[in-house]
Order: sequence, then structure tokens, then C-alpha cells
Amino acid sequence: MEMNLLNNLILIVYLVSSILFIFGIKMLSAVKTARKGNLLSAIGMFLAIIVTLLNKEIISYELILSGIIIGTFIGILMAIKVPMTGMPQMVGVLNGFGGIASTFVAISEFYKLQHHSELENTVVLITIALSIIIGTITFSGSFIAFGKLQGIVTGKVVKYKFQHQINLILLLALIILSILFVNNPTRNELITIVTLLSLILGILLTLPIGGADMPVAISLLNSYSGLAASATGFVINNYMLIIAGSLVGASGIILTNIMCKAMNRSLLNVAMGGLDNAGSTTSTTTTQNITIKSVDSDEAAMIFDAAQKVIIVPGYGMAVSQAQMAVRDLFLTLEKKGIDVKFAIHPVAGRMPGHMNVLLAEANIPYEKLYAMEDINDEFSNTDVVFVVGANDVVNPAARNNPQSPIYGMPILNVDYAKTVIVNKRSMNPGYAGIDNELFGYPNTLMYFGDAKEAITKLNNAIKEL
Amino acid sequence: MDFGNLIILIYIFVLAIFIGFELINKVPPTLHTPLMSGSNAISGITIIGAIISTGHGDIFLAKLFGFLAVIFATINVVGGYLVTDRMLKMFKKK
Repeated sequence: MEMNLLNNLILIVYLVSSILFIFGIKMLSAVKTARKGNLLSAIGMFLAIIVTLLNKEIISYELILSGIIIGTFIGILMAIKVPMTGMPQMVGVLNGFGGIASTFVAISEFYKLQHHSELENTVVLITIALSIIIGTITFSGSFIAFGKLQGIVTGKVVKYKFQHQINLILLLALIILSILFVNNPTRNELITIVTLLSLILGILLTLPIGGADMPVAISLLNSYSGLAASATGFVINNYMLIIAGSLVGASGIILTNIMCKAMNRSLLNVAMGGLDNAGSTTSTTTTQNITIKSVDSDEAAMIFDAAQKVIIVPGYGMAVSQAQMAVRDLFLTLEKKGIDVKFAIHPVAGRMPGHMNVLLAEANIPYEKLYAMEDINDEFSNTDVVFVVGANDVVNPAARNNPQSPIYGMPILNVDYAKTVIVNKRSMNPGYAGIDNELFGYPNTLMYFGDAKEAITKLNNAIKEL
Repeated sequence: MDFGNLIILIYIFVLAIFIGFELINKVPPTLHTPLMSGSNAISGITIIGAIISTGHGDIFLAKLFGFLAVIFATINVVGGYLVTDRMLKMFKKK
């Protein structure tokens, strides 16, 4: 009876935690309540962990506590050290850790059942295989994504012969081996092979995805990490894991869908290996045909000084050159002159959804000055100056009017409708997707070359002196 | 696990998925990154499974994998919540 009471207490606290998670995510959807929402969700997690320690099956605590201490130490270190520009990599790594944790719990459960000769339950065996497969794919996929974002693994679209066939064969092999495992659970090598094949499949599924599609990949992997937790919940018959994992799984899929819509791509297309026509062969030739006009800081300053309405379009190039503070100073200078300044944020600016907003928030730019694409796209036509900083593909008019372009159909910021477009860029290199930008040759476009941080500081000083 | 038990788990799974879809439909783009890292922290819930796996019995391999799972899941939880908070702290009005 006492045992039952304890068990019921655990289940009730799990219910409370689930509600806290739901409220937490809900509150994360508004800037005002977001921080509190995250706190609520953390409290839910804390309660769930504490009450789990009361589980009657637990007989020793040394390993648990040392694991928690080690993990907490590493987690704190990572969270403090990571720069805001490295946020996508951080999420990728954390995804990966969540995935591998699910795999390890399933393997651990397998060894426990084997030891007690309790391997006859088919449902449990199926869920073990499923949990290992999803968890391991999440793990290896996340680390390839991390490598691509970090520049360790090529950010290009990787293509090889029979790519889809190989993946399909791997998947079939996984299914067959899992069936074999369920029927012969005492053969340990089967579960090892399933793990290894999942590891390879995760790598092969993520490797072909191009750098420009990484936001989608990260988002999708986030969803997988939730599903992996959910699958583990089926293995150990735990409601908490199933509920929390499903919430994350569903959120990841919704976010992924939003990303895909923003890029006018189908999820299947991204998953199968990114932009089909973005060949490296075509990229250099057309650049030379574009006649560009460039300006120096003084000329650019005069154009800004004469403007009444300015829209700044930041891209990842801004973050690479650590120019956020310089952009903020420019923003303040322009506002002081009575110029109306807004920021236009493309949904996939940066390396993951919402990444640019975080980078600008870090630089103390008020978030109500940041406008989403659909809210600002009609304003470009009555804007005097658009200042593009380190953005490229998301302002490429080819997406609107060149059916041959690999990004054709992707919604873009219509910066070319403005009176004057000033583009700050380090050089004429094509953007992350490896595609040329015809905007640079437009009659109303002026190129302002230079490293973003340096160039914008110089521009800012020039405006102040006017 | 019998069929009745499995069907309850499937009920919970399906309903939670639907709640997840509804919850996240209305998030402004500004919050997508914190939402991703925040929900990622929640997926560290595997830590509960890891704790149970590590604590029970004296089977070496079961404990070893459980222990590793505790470490990775804790990193996911702690790192995820802290970094989300670090981001959200920065969102300020003028």
C-alpha cells in the first residue's frame, strides 16, 4: 500500500510537470511572458527529476548523482561560453545529446531485461529497437549539422550516386534487422548492428543537406529528439517521457513547416538533399556580367542624411563580422536625426529561425523595431534607403523573376522596390546558397564594400560629421 | 506490457502530439530560436528514464549505459534551459 502511494505521488507530480511544460511552451510564444514560461518549464523538469529519485526501483544513488553533477557542470559551461552567433551549433549539440541519451536508456533497459530473462515481450522489444533507431539518427544527424554549421564538414550540398537508393536500402536493412532482433532478442550483435546502421543513416541523411537549408535540418532534428524521448517512454512505460517528448516532437515539426514555407520548399525536398540546381559551375560566370556601382562612406552618409525612411536588412554576414553593435550605433545616429528606422528580418535570416532577432536583441536593439517579412514587404516601395548588411540570398530578386534560379519561388524581402539600396558586403562572393545576386547590378543599388563592422563604423562617423 | 497498457500509452502519445501542434502554431518569429532551445531542453526529459536505468539493480552494462545517459540528458536539460534564459533576458523594449 505504501509503495502504491509513492507510485501515485510520482504520477501526480508527472501530471503537474506536464501541465507546467504545456504552460511553459505556451508562454514562450509571447515576448512578455517568454522568460517566465521557460522558468515554469524548468520547474516542471526539476519536479519530475526530484520525484523520479523516489522511484522504488532505484536502489543506488552514487552513479545517478555523479552523472547529474558532471552533466550540470558541462551544461552550465556550455550555456555560458557559447556566443550568440553559435546558437544553432549549440542547439544542434544539445539535440544530439538528447538523442544519444534516449539510445542509451533503451540499451540499458535491454541489458536489464536480458539479465532477468524477460525478453519475451514483443511490444517492449519493438519499442527498444525504435527508440535506439530514432535516438541514434538524431545523434549522428545533429553532429553532422553541427559540423556543417561550424565549418568542419562541408556546407555544400553533397551529392553522390544512388544516394536515395542507399538510404532506402539502409532503412530496409534497419527494419529487417529490427524484426530479427525482436524474434531473437538474445543475440546481442543484432542490437549493435541496428545502432551502427542508425548512426550511418543519420550521417547520410544530413550530409547532403546544404548550408542554406540548415535551419530546416536543425528544426527537424529538434523534432526527432522529442520523438526519441517519446519512444523511450514506450520502452520504460513512462507517461512523462511520452507527453514531454510528443510536445517537443510536434513543436519541431510545426517550426520546420514554417521554415519550409518561408523558403518555398517542401520538407521532402530539403530532407532529400537541398537545392537541386545550385551547381558551383554556374556561380562565377554571371557575376562578371553585372555592372556594379560602388560608393565610399562619405557618399553613403549623404544618401542616409537625406533620407526620411530607412530600413536595415541584416543577414548572417553581419554576425560573422561581429557588427551588431556598429549597426546599433548607426541605428541610434539615424534616429537622433529624426529618421524613421526599421529592421526587416527574413524568416531564415541567420542560421536558424529567429536567430537574427536574438543577435540584434543582444546588441540592445529594441525588438519592436524588428519587422517580419510579411509585415514590412509592402513598405519598401515608399522607403528612401534600404541598407543591406551581410544578407544576400534573402534579398535576391531572382527568387521572384528568374524561373531558372534555384531559389525561384522563395519569398524574399523586396528591397529592390526602394528608392536606393545600399549593400554592404565584403566582396562579390555569392551567398550561403552559392547563387549570384542580380540585385547588385540594379540601377538603384549601390555597393558599399568592406568588412561590416569597420565599414558601418566609418559610415556612422561620416553621418555624424554631416 | 499488455495490449491494454500499450493502448493507454498510444492515447497519451497521440493527444500530446495534438496539444503540441496547437501550442506552437502562434509563436512570433522573434521567439523561434528560444522556442527551439527551450523545447529542446524539455526533450531532455529522457533524464528520468536515465535515472531509473542507472539506479536499478547491479547489472554492469545496464548501469553503464544508464550513467552515460544521465550525463548526456543532464547536459541537454541544464544547457538548454540556461541558454534559453540567456537569450530571453536580452529581449527588451526600448
